[in-house]
Amino acid sequence: MTAPEEVRAAVAGAYRNEWGQVVATLIGLTGDWDLAEDCAQDAFAAALATWARDGVPARPGAWLTTAARNRAVDRLRRDKTRMANARQLAVLERDPVVSQVEEIPDERLRLIFTCCHPALPFSARVALTLRTLAGLSTGEIARAFLTAEPAMAQRLVRAKRKIAEAGIPYRVPPAELLPRRLSAVLAVLYLIFNEGYDEVDGCRALAVEGIRLARMLVRLMPAEPEARGLLALMLLSEARRTSRTDDGVLVTLENQDRSRWDRTLIAEGVATLDHALASRRSGPYQVQAAIAACHATAADTEATDWAQIAALYTELMRLAPSPVVNLNRAVAIAMAEGISAGLALVDELAGSGELDGYYLLPATRADLLRRDGRLAEAAVFYEKALELAPTEAERRYLAARLRKLRSR
Amino acid sequence: MKYVLLICDDETVSPSMEEIAADPAYRAYEAEVERRGGTLGGARLRPVASATTVRVRDGETLVSDGPFAETKDFVGGIDILECADLDEAIALAALHPYARHGCVEVRPVWE
Repeated sequence: MTAPEEVRAAVAGAYRNEWGQVVATLIGLTGDWDLAEDCAQDAFAAALATWARDGVPARPGAWLTTAARNRAVDRLRRDKTRMANARQLAVLERDPVVSQVEEIPDERLRLIFTCCHPALPFSARVALTLRTLAGLSTGEIARAFLTAEPAMAQRLVRAKRKIAEAGIPYRVPPAELLPRRLSAVLAVLYLIFNEGYDEVDGCRALAVEGIRLARMLVRLMPAEPEARGLLALMLLSEARRTSRTDDGVLVTLENQDRSRWDRTLIAEGVATLDHALASRRSGPYQVQAAIAACHATAADTEATDWAQIAALYTELMRLAPSPVVNLNRAVAIAMAEGISAGLALVDELAGSGELDGYYLLPATRADLLRRDGRLAEAAVFYEKALELAPTEAERRYLAARLRKLRSR
Repeated sequence: MKYVLLICDDETVSPSMEEIAADPAYRAYEAEVERRGGTLGGARLRPVASATTVRVRDGETLVSDGPFAETKDFVGGIDILECADLDEAIALAALHPYARHGCVEVRPVWE
């Protein structure tokens, strides 16, 4: 007999670490996503009772995979009338029994590439990845994306149906497709992380899942520098998370209390980035992580290597051009070369109209004007930014700036 | 699996059958389809101006001029292919010359 709390902790730990692997293996064997999920669920339920009686097995993942597989055989045997069941049974019974195999091949890569296939709508890729790989419940995913649970369930059903009916393959793409398909996977993981990161109060689960999935991807694809780049970017962002707001007010990088930054995460982020850069195959996530590392390792704004950051933004414009990247580049150039150089670039961007309605455009202009001592002009743009700011924390910050300017 | 490629474009250019047959991009597409096992059938369709749409509502056959929907791109031909999976169908669709100025919709066949 094992103590109930010990068993519960072991099952909870196995759920976090093994759910995706169990589901992925069952999909690989049966090709049936719903059957795989149901049998995985049954295996975890069985673990609670069996582990309490017999003790926690040495390799919980192997135990759970075998249990789920036996469950699948039972369910398919019960209804042999369907031809498809007979075929799946033949596969399940032919394969060697999992518990006798030393190493279970890791099927999670096949699963993540299928979940993130570009023939699926982006929102469905995110939901499928969280459900089948991370093991979040439909309700948890729905709450994280402020969607009603039936709507989220419907999204998952449709996605699984498309995989089956359109013939989306269950595999790691071949070399010629890999770069594009990998960036589709990375985009899904980054969105998951950001959804949790931007959430100022509460709902942190997604940021944690994003980091966990990125760690998994790095382990499964150790030769892919962009996977490492993404993990480094997440770690370096996460390290600064708690200092980004103070009492519900946004705190800009310049004014953050750097002693609150998580040094352990920064060290891991920098080491992960160095490992990625050593392969000399640059990519947008590595460059963004390098920018984050410049900030994370500087003592303050003054000591920040702005010239390096400006050069990295120029590189990012080449790899993944966007007007938002260009705006950040303008700020770095203002800090490195002088306010007027930066303002000229911001004016150019404003003239293009590409960032109309984006609050950081007037907010950035206001900050640069304030630094330049042009306070009346700065106030005009802080007001504009205040109208456009999407969150309360940002509005509070901008309102405080305005009050300060007017009290001078 | 069987897939139908719906070859679509906006019909601003309408090459003749001979021009299409002589187009190196089209020949490359055909050669690749052949290499992967050949086509199960296909057809080039006359422009949408020659289309007629048929609906039956309340037992009455309604015939109208033109295509079934107001869109920019129209189906100008179909190709029926046997492929291992969607990725193979996408690879062939991407090779079709119309994918460059129109689009190719890939639809699995209900089997």
